[in-house]
Amino acid sequence: MTDTAPQPLRPAQPYIRLDGDTPYVEGRLCSACGARTAAVHLACPGCGGRDTVQSYRAPTTGRLHAYSIVRRSYPGVPVPFVSAIVDLDDGLTLKGNLINVAPEPDALPVGMPVRMVFGDAMGRTDKDGASYVAFFFEPAA
Amino acid sequence: MSESVYILGIDMLKFGKYPDRTFAQLGGEAALLALDDAGLTVRDVQAMYCGSVFGAYDMTGQAVMREIGQTGIPVTNISNACATGASAFREAWIAIKSGLYDAVLAVGVEKMPRGMLGAGHETGISLEGLFGSASMPAVFAESGMEHAGKWGTTFEQFAKVSVKNHHHSTMNPKAVYQKETPLEEVMGSEMIAYPNTKLMCSVNVDGSAAAVLVSEKKAREMGMGRAIRVMASALASDPWNPRNPIMPDVNSVTRLAAQTAYDMAGIAPSDVSLVELHDCFATAELLHYENLQLCAPGQAGRLIDEGVTALGGRVPVNVSGGLLSKGHPLGATGIANMYEIALHLRGEAGARQVEGAKVGLTHVVGLGTASAVHLFEKA
Repeated sequence: MTDTAPQPLRPAQPYIRLDGDTPYVEGRLCSACGARTAAVHLACPGCGGRDTVQSYRAPTTGRLHAYSIVRRSYPGVPVPFVSAIVDLDDGLTLKGNLINVAPEPDALPVGMPVRMVFGDAMGRTDKDGASYVAFFFEPAA
Repeated sequence: MSESVYILGIDMLKFGKYPDRTFAQLGGEAALLALDDAGLTVRDVQAMYCGSVFGAYDMTGQAVMREIGQTGIPVTNISNACATGASAFREAWIAIKSGLYDAVLAVGVEKMPRGMLGAGHETGISLEGLFGSASMPAVFAESGMEHAGKWGTTFEQFAKVSVKNHHHSTMNPKAVYQKETPLEEVMGSEMIAYPNTKLMCSVNVDGSAAAVLVSEKKAREMGMGRAIRVMASALASDPWNPRNPIMPDVNSVTRLAAQTAYDMAGIAPSDVSLVELHDCFATAELLHYENLQLCAPGQAGRLIDEGVTALGGRVPVNVSGGLLSKGHPLGATGIANMYEIALHLRGEAGARQVEGAKVGLTHVVGLGTASAVHLFEKA
Protein backbone atom coordinates (compact mmCIF):
# COMPACT_ATOMS: atom_id res chain seq x y z
CA MET A 1 0.00 0.00 0.00
CA THR A 2 1.31 3.40 -0.86
CA ASP A 3 0.33 6.64 0.77
CA THR A 4 -1.20 9.11 -1.61
CA ALA A 5 -0.49 12.76 -1.12
CA PRO A 6 -3.61 14.82 -0.36
CA GLN A 7 -5.04 16.11 -3.60
CA PRO A 8 -5.30 19.86 -3.97
CA LEU A 9 -8.83 21.21 -4.22
CA ARG A 10 -9.96 21.69 -7.78
CA PRO A 11 -11.74 24.90 -8.84
CA ALA A 12 -15.48 24.35 -9.33
CA GLN A 13 -15.53 27.10 -11.99
CA PRO A 14 -12.85 27.66 -14.58
CA TYR A 15 -12.46 31.28 -13.43
CA ILE A 16 -11.68 30.30 -9.82
CA ARG A 17 -7.89 30.37 -9.50
CA LEU A 18 -5.64 29.19 -6.73
CA ASP A 19 -2.82 31.42 -5.48
CA GLY A 20 -1.07 28.76 -3.48
CA ASP A 21 -3.89 27.72 -1.17
CA THR A 22 -5.76 30.99 -1.55
CA PRO A 23 -8.58 30.93 -4.06
CA TYR A 24 -9.65 34.00 -5.98
CA VAL A 25 -11.81 34.86 -8.98
CA GLU A 26 -9.99 35.80 -12.14
CA GLY A 27 -11.86 38.41 -14.15
CA ARG A 28 -11.21 39.54 -17.70
CA LEU A 29 -11.16 43.23 -18.62
CA CYS A 30 -11.20 44.69 -22.12
CA SER A 31 -8.91 47.71 -22.39
CA ALA A 32 -10.81 48.93 -25.47
CA CYS A 33 -14.43 49.02 -24.22
CA GLY A 34 -14.20 48.27 -20.49
CA ALA A 35 -16.27 45.06 -20.66
CA ARG A 36 -15.65 42.64 -17.81
CA THR A 37 -16.35 38.92 -17.97
CA ALA A 38 -15.62 35.85 -15.92
CA ALA A 39 -15.52 33.47 -18.87
CA VAL A 40 -12.76 33.42 -21.46
CA HIS A 41 -13.75 34.21 -25.05
CA LEU A 42 -11.94 34.32 -28.38
CA ALA A 43 -12.50 38.08 -28.61
CA CYS A 44 -14.12 40.68 -26.39
CA PRO A 45 -17.89 39.99 -26.38
CA GLY A 46 -18.49 43.70 -25.79
CA CYS A 47 -16.66 45.15 -28.77
CA GLY A 48 -15.16 42.27 -30.70
CA GLY A 49 -11.67 43.51 -29.90
CA ARG A 50 -8.86 41.01 -30.24
CA ASP A 51 -5.84 41.02 -27.93
CA THR A 52 -7.57 43.72 -25.85
CA VAL A 53 -8.57 41.51 -22.93
CA GLN A 54 -6.36 40.99 -19.88
CA SER A 55 -7.01 38.92 -16.80
CA TYR A 56 -7.00 40.44 -13.32
CA ARG A 57 -7.79 39.49 -9.74
CA ALA A 58 -11.42 40.35 -8.98
CA PRO A 59 -12.44 42.06 -5.73
CA THR A 60 -14.39 40.13 -3.11
CA THR A 61 -16.95 42.77 -2.22
CA GLY A 62 -20.05 43.81 -4.08
CA ARG A 63 -23.80 44.32 -3.93
CA LEU A 64 -26.86 42.11 -4.37
CA HIS A 65 -28.44 42.93 -7.73
CA ALA A 66 -31.22 40.34 -7.94
CA TYR A 67 -32.06 36.94 -6.48
CA SER A 68 -34.50 34.07 -6.30
CA ILE A 69 -35.28 31.88 -3.31
CA VAL A 70 -35.18 28.42 -4.86
CA ARG A 71 -37.51 25.95 -3.19
CA ARG A 72 -37.70 23.29 -5.89
CA SER A 73 -34.66 22.31 -7.90
CA TYR A 74 -33.45 19.19 -9.66
CA PRO A 75 -33.60 15.87 -7.84
CA GLY A 76 -31.01 15.60 -5.09
CA VAL A 77 -30.28 19.33 -4.84
CA PRO A 78 -30.88 20.57 -1.27
CA VAL A 79 -33.39 23.41 -0.98
CA PRO A 80 -34.11 26.13 -0.10
CA PHE A 81 -31.17 28.23 -1.20
CA VAL A 82 -30.79 31.80 -2.39
CA SER A 83 -29.59 32.10 -5.97
CA ALA A 84 -28.01 35.55 -6.12
CA ILE A 85 -26.76 37.84 -8.87
CA VAL A 86 -23.98 39.97 -7.42
CA ASP A 87 -22.29 42.98 -8.97
CA LEU A 88 -18.74 43.13 -7.62
CA ASP A 89 -17.38 46.58 -6.81
CA ASP A 90 -15.40 46.68 -10.06
CA GLY A 91 -18.47 45.91 -12.19
CA LEU A 92 -17.91 42.19 -12.76
CA THR A 93 -21.14 40.22 -12.26
CA LEU A 94 -21.18 36.74 -10.71
CA LYS A 95 -23.88 34.31 -9.70
CA GLY A 96 -23.67 32.29 -6.53
CA ASN A 97 -25.41 31.03 -3.42
CA LEU A 98 -26.08 33.74 -0.86
CA ILE A 99 -25.50 32.11 2.53
CA ASN A 100 -25.74 33.01 6.20
CA VAL A 101 -29.00 34.83 5.59
CA ALA A 102 -32.66 33.82 6.05
CA PRO A 103 -34.21 32.67 2.74
CA GLU A 104 -36.93 35.30 3.04
CA PRO A 105 -37.61 38.36 0.86
CA ASP A 106 -37.48 40.68 3.89
CA ALA A 107 -33.91 39.60 4.62
CA LEU A 108 -32.77 40.20 1.05
CA PRO A 109 -32.91 43.90 0.17
CA VAL A 110 -31.63 44.56 -3.32
CA GLY A 111 -28.42 46.55 -3.16
CA MET A 112 -27.28 45.05 0.15
CA PRO A 113 -23.49 44.82 0.49
CA VAL A 114 -22.14 41.28 0.25
CA ARG A 115 -18.71 39.66 0.38
CA MET A 116 -17.36 36.63 -1.40
CA VAL A 117 -16.14 33.73 0.68
CA PHE A 118 -14.51 30.54 -0.56
CA GLY A 119 -15.04 27.06 0.72
CA ASP A 120 -15.59 23.44 -0.05
CA ALA A 121 -18.18 22.85 -2.80
CA MET A 122 -20.82 21.58 -0.39
CA GLY A 123 -19.08 18.21 -0.15
CA ARG A 124 -19.58 17.46 -3.82
CA THR A 125 -16.92 15.23 -5.34
CA ASP A 126 -16.34 14.03 -8.88
CA LYS A 127 -15.97 10.49 -10.19
CA ASP A 128 -12.34 10.42 -9.03
CA GLY A 129 -13.38 11.40 -5.52
CA ALA A 130 -11.75 14.82 -5.87
CA SER A 131 -13.00 17.76 -3.82
CA TYR A 132 -13.71 21.21 -5.22
CA VAL A 133 -13.49 24.79 -4.04
CA ALA A 134 -16.40 27.15 -4.69
CA PHE A 135 -17.30 30.70 -3.80
CA PHE A 136 -20.34 31.88 -1.89
CA PHE A 137 -21.68 35.26 -0.93
CA GLU A 138 -22.72 36.42 2.53
CA PRO A 139 -24.03 39.70 3.91
CA ALA A 140 -21.13 42.09 4.52
CA ALA A 141 -22.83 44.20 7.14
CA MET B 1 -37.68 41.69 -53.08
CA SER B 2 -41.26 40.49 -53.22
CA GLU B 3 -44.25 42.49 -52.10
CA SER B 4 -46.16 41.65 -48.93
CA VAL B 5 -46.27 38.13 -47.53
CA TYR B 6 -49.54 36.73 -46.20
CA ILE B 7 -50.67 33.96 -43.91
CA LEU B 8 -53.30 32.18 -45.96
CA GLY B 9 -53.93 29.30 -43.57
CA ILE B 10 -52.99 28.68 -39.94
CA ASP B 11 -54.05 26.26 -37.21
CA MET B 12 -52.89 24.36 -34.14
CA LEU B 13 -53.67 21.20 -32.23
CA LYS B 14 -55.10 21.54 -28.75
CA PHE B 15 -52.05 21.52 -26.50
CA GLY B 16 -51.74 18.56 -24.13
CA LYS B 17 -49.94 15.29 -23.62
CA TYR B 18 -49.70 13.05 -26.70
CA PRO B 19 -47.63 10.08 -25.53
CA ASP B 20 -48.95 7.84 -28.33
CA ARG B 21 -48.18 10.16 -31.20
CA THR B 22 -44.85 10.98 -32.85
CA PHE B 23 -43.37 14.37 -33.62
CA ALA B 24 -44.18 13.75 -37.28
CA GLN B 25 -47.80 12.85 -36.63
CA LEU B 26 -48.36 15.91 -34.45
CA GLY B 27 -46.63 18.22 -36.94
CA GLY B 28 -48.39 16.60 -39.87
CA GLU B 29 -51.83 17.05 -38.32
CA ALA B 30 -51.26 20.76 -37.79
CA ALA B 31 -49.85 21.07 -41.32
CA LEU B 32 -52.94 19.46 -42.83
CA LEU B 33 -55.23 21.74 -40.78
CA ALA B 34 -53.30 24.79 -41.96
CA LEU B 35 -53.42 23.64 -45.59
CA ASP B 36 -57.19 23.08 -45.29
CA ASP B 37 -57.54 26.55 -43.79
CA ALA B 38 -55.63 27.96 -46.78
CA GLY B 39 -57.58 25.95 -49.33
CA LEU B 40 -54.32 24.47 -50.65
CA THR B 41 -52.81 20.98 -50.79
CA VAL B 42 -49.32 19.73 -50.11
CA ARG B 43 -48.71 19.80 -53.87
CA ASP B 44 -49.00 23.60 -53.78
CA VAL B 45 -46.25 23.92 -51.15
CA GLN B 46 -42.82 24.80 -52.59
CA ALA B 47 -40.69 24.70 -49.42
CA MET B 48 -41.09 23.78 -45.79
CA TYR B 49 -39.47 24.93 -42.53
CA CYS B 50 -39.94 22.83 -39.42
CA GLY B 51 -39.26 24.18 -35.94
CA SER B 52 -38.63 21.78 -33.08
CA VAL B 53 -36.29 21.88 -30.10
CA PHE B 54 -36.32 18.27 -28.98
CA GLY B 55 -36.95 16.82 -32.45
CA ALA B 56 -34.61 18.98 -34.52
CA TYR B 57 -31.76 16.43 -34.59
CA ASP B 58 -34.17 13.83 -35.96
CA MET B 59 -35.01 15.43 -39.34
CA THR B 60 -38.53 16.02 -38.06
CA GLY B 61 -39.50 18.24 -41.02
CA GLN B 62 -38.83 15.48 -43.51
CA ALA B 63 -40.74 13.06 -41.29
CA VAL B 64 -43.70 15.47 -41.35
CA MET B 65 -43.56 15.40 -45.17
CA ARG B 66 -43.72 11.58 -45.05
CA GLU B 67 -46.99 12.01 -43.13
CA ILE B 68 -48.58 14.50 -45.52
CA GLY B 69 -46.97 13.81 -48.93
CA GLN B 70 -43.34 13.56 -50.05
CA THR B 71 -43.22 16.00 -52.91
CA GLY B 72 -39.46 16.43 -52.84
CA ILE B 73 -39.46 20.09 -51.84
CA PRO B 74 -36.60 21.61 -49.81
CA VAL B 75 -37.14 21.04 -46.09
CA THR B 76 -35.12 22.74 -43.35
CA ASN B 77 -35.20 21.94 -39.65
CA ILE B 78 -34.91 24.86 -37.25
CA SER B 79 -33.99 24.94 -33.57
CA ASN B 80 -33.79 28.28 -31.72
CA ALA B 81 -34.87 27.60 -28.12
CA CYS B 82 -38.30 29.09 -27.36
CA ALA B 83 -38.05 31.23 -30.50
CA THR B 84 -38.01 28.05 -32.62
CA GLY B 85 -41.52 28.15 -34.11
CA ALA B 86 -41.30 31.86 -34.83
CA SER B 87 -37.88 31.33 -36.41
CA ALA B 88 -39.27 28.64 -38.73
CA PHE B 89 -42.07 31.04 -39.67
CA ARG B 90 -39.54 33.77 -40.31
CA GLU B 91 -37.48 31.55 -42.61
CA ALA B 92 -40.66 30.84 -44.58
CA TRP B 93 -41.36 34.58 -44.73
CA ILE B 94 -37.81 35.26 -45.99
CA ALA B 95 -38.13 32.54 -48.62
CA ILE B 96 -41.23 34.18 -50.08
CA LYS B 97 -39.93 37.71 -49.56
CA SER B 98 -36.85 36.78 -51.60
CA GLY B 99 -39.09 35.95 -54.55
CA LEU B 100 -38.09 32.29 -54.69
CA TYR B 101 -41.47 30.83 -53.76
CA ASP B 102 -45.19 31.63 -53.70
CA ALA B 103 -46.33 29.12 -51.07
CA VAL B 104 -44.29 27.90 -48.09
CA LEU B 105 -45.24 25.81 -45.08
CA ALA B 106 -43.99 26.59 -41.56
CA VAL B 107 -44.54 23.96 -38.87
CA GLY B 108 -43.73 24.10 -35.18
CA VAL B 109 -43.94 20.84 -33.27
CA GLU B 110 -42.83 19.61 -29.85
CA LYS B 111 -42.97 16.66 -27.56
CA MET B 112 -41.61 17.81 -24.23
CA PRO B 113 -39.48 15.83 -21.80
CA ARG B 114 -40.89 15.70 -18.28
CA GLY B 115 -39.58 17.80 -15.43
CA MET B 116 -37.98 21.17 -15.07
CA LEU B 117 -35.93 22.61 -17.91
CA GLY B 118 -32.53 24.25 -17.70
CA ALA B 119 -30.03 21.76 -16.35
CA GLY B 120 -26.75 23.31 -15.25
CA HIS B 121 -23.59 22.66 -17.21
CA GLU B 122 -21.09 20.36 -15.61
CA THR B 123 -17.44 20.66 -14.77
CA GLY B 124 -16.48 17.67 -12.68
CA ILE B 125 -19.40 18.15 -10.31
CA SER B 126 -22.97 19.32 -10.60
CA LEU B 127 -23.18 23.10 -10.23
CA GLU B 128 -26.92 23.43 -9.63
CA GLY B 129 -27.57 24.75 -6.15
CA LEU B 130 -23.86 25.43 -5.69
CA PHE B 131 -23.54 28.60 -7.78
CA GLY B 132 -27.18 29.57 -7.51
CA SER B 133 -29.68 28.00 -9.87
CA ALA B 134 -29.79 27.60 -13.64
CA SER B 135 -33.38 26.34 -13.58
CA MET B 136 -35.75 28.34 -15.75
CA PRO B 137 -38.11 29.25 -12.86
CA ALA B 138 -35.15 30.70 -10.95
CA VAL B 139 -33.61 32.49 -13.93
CA PHE B 140 -36.88 34.25 -14.73
CA ALA B 141 -37.52 34.85 -11.03
CA GLU B 142 -34.21 36.70 -10.88
CA SER B 143 -35.21 38.83 -13.87
CA GLY B 144 -38.47 39.63 -12.10
CA MET B 145 -36.66 40.52 -8.90
CA GLU B 146 -34.38 42.82 -10.87
CA HIS B 147 -37.54 44.67 -11.93
CA ALA B 148 -38.87 44.57 -8.37
CA GLY B 149 -35.62 46.01 -7.06
CA LYS B 150 -35.76 48.86 -9.54
CA TRP B 151 -39.48 49.65 -9.60
CA GLY B 152 -41.01 48.12 -6.50
CA THR B 153 -43.01 45.53 -8.42
CA THR B 154 -44.70 43.14 -5.97
CA PHE B 155 -45.23 39.38 -5.67
CA GLU B 156 -48.97 40.08 -5.92
CA GLN B 157 -48.58 41.99 -9.19
CA PHE B 158 -46.61 39.12 -10.70
CA ALA B 159 -49.25 36.66 -9.48
CA LYS B 160 -52.04 38.70 -11.09
CA VAL B 161 -50.55 37.86 -14.50
CA SER B 162 -51.31 34.22 -13.87
CA VAL B 163 -54.85 34.96 -12.65
CA LYS B 164 -55.51 36.92 -15.85
CA ASN B 165 -54.08 34.39 -18.27
CA HIS B 166 -55.79 31.44 -16.62
CA HIS B 167 -59.06 33.38 -16.81
CA HIS B 168 -58.51 33.98 -20.52
CA SER B 169 -57.89 30.30 -21.12
CA THR B 170 -61.37 29.41 -19.85
CA MET B 171 -62.58 30.76 -23.21
CA ASN B 172 -60.02 28.84 -25.30
CA PRO B 173 -60.91 25.22 -26.10
CA LYS B 174 -57.37 24.63 -27.46
CA ALA B 175 -55.71 25.53 -24.14
CA VAL B 176 -54.57 22.60 -22.03
CA TYR B 177 -56.20 24.14 -18.94
CA GLN B 178 -59.50 25.98 -18.85
CA LYS B 179 -59.89 26.80 -15.21
CA GLU B 180 -59.95 29.91 -13.07
CA THR B 181 -57.11 30.39 -10.58
CA PRO B 182 -58.01 33.09 -8.02
CA LEU B 183 -55.21 35.26 -6.67
CA GLU B 184 -55.03 33.43 -3.32
CA GLU B 185 -54.67 30.13 -5.16
CA VAL B 186 -51.87 31.44 -7.38
CA MET B 187 -49.98 33.01 -4.49
CA GLY B 188 -50.58 30.03 -2.22
CA SER B 189 -49.55 27.28 -4.63
CA GLU B 190 -46.18 25.57 -4.20
CA MET B 191 -43.33 28.07 -4.28
CA ILE B 192 -40.89 26.90 -6.96
CA ALA B 193 -38.47 29.83 -7.09
CA TYR B 194 -39.59 33.04 -5.36
CA PRO B 195 -41.53 34.90 -6.62
CA ASN B 196 -42.70 32.24 -9.11
CA THR B 197 -45.13 29.73 -7.65
CA LYS B 198 -46.16 26.59 -9.53
CA LEU B 199 -49.18 28.37 -11.02
CA MET B 200 -46.85 31.10 -12.27
CA CYS B 201 -44.81 28.66 -14.37
CA SER B 202 -45.74 27.73 -17.94
CA VAL B 203 -47.32 24.36 -18.58
CA ASN B 204 -45.14 21.53 -19.91
CA VAL B 205 -47.15 20.03 -22.79
CA ASP B 206 -46.83 18.61 -26.30
CA GLY B 207 -48.29 20.40 -29.28
CA SER B 208 -48.01 21.64 -32.82
CA ALA B 209 -49.04 24.57 -34.96
CA ALA B 210 -48.58 25.33 -38.64
CA ALA B 211 -48.97 28.21 -41.07
CA VAL B 212 -49.14 28.46 -44.85
CA LEU B 213 -47.42 31.62 -46.08
CA VAL B 214 -48.01 32.94 -49.58
CA SER B 215 -46.83 35.72 -51.86
CA GLU B 216 -49.01 38.67 -52.79
CA LYS B 217 -49.56 37.06 -56.20
CA LYS B 218 -50.74 33.78 -54.69
CA ALA B 219 -52.92 35.56 -52.12
CA ARG B 220 -54.68 37.51 -54.87
CA GLU B 221 -55.17 34.31 -56.85
CA MET B 222 -56.67 32.53 -53.82
CA GLY B 223 -58.67 35.49 -52.56
CA MET B 224 -57.74 37.90 -49.78
CA GLY B 225 -60.89 37.20 -47.75
CA ARG B 226 -59.20 35.57 -44.78
CA ALA B 227 -55.58 36.46 -45.51
CA ILE B 228 -53.42 38.00 -42.79
CA ARG B 229 -50.65 40.37 -43.89
CA VAL B 230 -47.27 40.01 -42.22
CA MET B 231 -46.41 43.63 -41.40
CA ALA B 232 -43.05 42.83 -39.82
CA SER B 233 -40.83 39.90 -38.97
CA ALA B 234 -37.94 40.62 -36.63
CA LEU B 235 -35.41 38.35 -34.97
CA ALA B 236 -32.64 39.40 -32.59
CA SER B 237 -29.84 37.73 -30.66
CA ASP B 238 -28.69 38.96 -27.28
CA PRO B 239 -26.47 42.02 -27.53
CA TRP B 240 -23.58 42.53 -25.12
CA ASN B 241 -24.72 43.42 -21.66
CA PRO B 242 -22.38 43.75 -18.68
CA ARG B 243 -24.27 41.07 -16.74
CA ASN B 244 -24.63 38.38 -19.38
CA PRO B 245 -24.08 35.51 -19.70
CA ILE B 246 -24.04 35.30 -15.89
CA MET B 247 -27.59 36.66 -15.89
CA PRO B 248 -29.46 35.83 -19.10
CA ASP B 249 -30.86 39.13 -20.28
CA VAL B 250 -34.44 38.60 -21.42
CA ASN B 251 -34.99 42.33 -21.86
CA SER B 252 -32.43 43.68 -24.34
CA VAL B 253 -33.03 40.99 -26.93
CA THR B 254 -36.78 41.56 -26.87
CA ARG B 255 -36.36 45.34 -27.03
CA LEU B 256 -34.15 44.98 -30.10
CA ALA B 257 -36.59 42.69 -31.89
CA ALA B 258 -39.57 44.87 -30.97
CA GLN B 259 -38.00 48.10 -32.18
CA THR B 260 -36.97 46.44 -35.44
CA ALA B 261 -40.53 45.19 -35.93
CA TYR B 262 -42.17 48.55 -35.24
CA ASP B 263 -39.74 50.25 -37.61
CA MET B 264 -40.33 47.66 -40.33
CA ALA B 265 -44.11 47.97 -40.04
CA GLY B 266 -43.99 51.74 -39.73
CA ILE B 267 -46.38 51.75 -36.81
CA ALA B 268 -46.28 52.84 -33.17
CA PRO B 269 -46.74 50.50 -30.20
CA SER B 270 -50.03 52.31 -29.49
CA ASP B 271 -51.37 50.98 -32.81
CA VAL B 272 -51.31 47.39 -31.50
CA SER B 273 -54.77 45.92 -30.70
CA LEU B 274 -53.66 42.74 -28.95
CA VAL B 275 -50.48 40.88 -28.00
CA GLU B 276 -49.47 37.26 -27.55
CA LEU B 277 -46.20 37.47 -25.63
CA HIS B 278 -43.84 35.00 -24.01
CA ASP B 279 -45.24 34.51 -20.49
CA CYS B 280 -43.01 31.50 -19.79
CA PHE B 281 -43.22 32.67 -16.18
CA ALA B 282 -45.52 35.26 -14.65
CA THR B 283 -42.52 37.46 -13.86
CA ALA B 284 -41.60 37.57 -17.56
CA GLU B 285 -44.92 38.98 -18.76
CA LEU B 286 -44.59 42.20 -16.79
CA LEU B 287 -41.06 42.78 -18.09
CA HIS B 288 -42.24 42.35 -21.65
CA TYR B 289 -44.98 45.01 -21.28
CA GLU B 290 -42.11 47.45 -21.09
CA ASN B 291 -39.82 45.64 -23.53
CA LEU B 292 -42.59 45.72 -26.17
CA GLN B 293 -43.29 49.38 -25.32
CA LEU B 294 -46.88 48.73 -24.24
CA CYS B 295 -46.12 51.11 -21.37
CA ALA B 296 -43.31 53.32 -20.11
CA PRO B 297 -40.46 51.82 -18.05
CA GLY B 298 -41.60 51.04 -14.51
CA GLN B 299 -45.32 51.07 -15.39
CA ALA B 300 -45.85 47.32 -15.87
CA GLY B 301 -47.17 46.76 -12.36
CA ARG B 302 -49.72 49.51 -12.85
CA LEU B 303 -50.79 48.01 -16.18
CA ILE B 304 -51.72 44.67 -14.60
CA ASP B 305 -53.35 46.37 -11.59
CA GLU B 306 -55.56 48.51 -13.84
CA GLY B 307 -56.64 45.66 -16.11
CA VAL B 308 -55.20 47.32 -19.20
CA THR B 309 -53.90 43.97 -20.49
CA ALA B 310 -57.00 41.91 -19.63
CA LEU B 311 -59.65 41.11 -22.22
CA GLY B 312 -61.70 44.32 -22.49
CA GLY B 313 -58.70 46.49 -21.62
CA ARG B 314 -56.80 48.84 -23.92
CA VAL B 315 -54.31 46.23 -25.11
CA PRO B 316 -55.30 42.68 -24.14
CA VAL B 317 -52.30 40.37 -23.63
CA ASN B 318 -52.34 36.59 -23.93
CA VAL B 319 -56.07 36.24 -24.51
CA SER B 320 -55.33 32.64 -25.53
CA GLY B 321 -54.36 31.85 -21.95
CA GLY B 322 -50.70 32.26 -22.75
CA LEU B 323 -47.93 29.82 -22.00
CA LEU B 324 -49.11 29.85 -18.39
CA SER B 325 -52.43 28.18 -19.19
CA LYS B 326 -52.63 27.36 -22.91
CA GLY B 327 -49.31 25.53 -22.55
CA HIS B 328 -45.76 25.81 -23.84
CA PRO B 329 -44.50 23.15 -26.26
CA LEU B 330 -41.32 25.05 -27.14
CA GLY B 331 -41.12 24.56 -30.91
CA ALA B 332 -44.86 25.04 -31.44
CA THR B 333 -45.36 28.11 -29.27
CA GLY B 334 -44.27 30.77 -31.76
CA ILE B 335 -46.72 29.71 -34.47
CA ALA B 336 -49.50 29.01 -31.95
CA ASN B 337 -49.18 32.66 -30.85
CA MET B 338 -49.71 33.71 -34.48
CA TYR B 339 -52.75 31.45 -34.76
CA GLU B 340 -54.35 33.30 -31.86
CA ILE B 341 -53.66 36.66 -33.48
CA ALA B 342 -55.08 35.43 -36.82
CA LEU B 343 -58.31 34.35 -35.10
CA HIS B 344 -58.84 37.83 -33.69
CA LEU B 345 -57.94 39.68 -36.90
CA ARG B 346 -60.40 37.44 -38.75
CA GLY B 347 -63.06 37.97 -36.07
CA GLU B 348 -63.20 34.22 -35.37
CA ALA B 349 -62.08 34.11 -31.73
CA GLY B 350 -65.51 33.47 -30.21
CA ALA B 351 -66.04 34.37 -26.55
CA ARG B 352 -62.57 35.83 -26.21
CA GLN B 353 -62.72 37.98 -29.36
CA VAL B 354 -60.90 41.30 -29.00
CA GLU B 355 -63.45 43.61 -30.58
CA GLY B 356 -62.22 45.64 -33.51
CA ALA B 357 -58.77 44.04 -33.55
CA LYS B 358 -56.72 45.66 -36.32
CA VAL B 359 -53.06 44.91 -35.53
CA GLY B 360 -51.68 41.95 -33.58
CA LEU B 361 -48.21 41.40 -32.15
CA THR B 362 -46.55 38.08 -31.33
CA HIS B 363 -43.41 37.73 -29.24
CA VAL B 364 -41.20 34.88 -28.09
CA VAL B 365 -37.87 34.85 -26.31
CA GLY B 366 -35.60 31.84 -26.02
CA LEU B 367 -33.78 32.35 -22.75
CA GLY B 368 -32.00 35.67 -23.13
CA THR B 369 -30.49 34.72 -26.42
CA ALA B 370 -33.12 34.77 -29.18
CA SER B 371 -36.24 36.85 -29.57
CA ALA B 372 -38.73 37.09 -32.42
CA VAL B 373 -41.41 39.75 -32.79
CA HIS B 374 -44.00 39.68 -35.58
CA LEU B 375 -46.73 42.18 -36.47
CA PHE B 376 -49.87 41.26 -38.39
CA GLU B 377 -52.96 42.93 -39.83
CA LYS B 378 -56.00 41.77 -41.73
CA ALA B 379 -55.35 41.99 -45.47
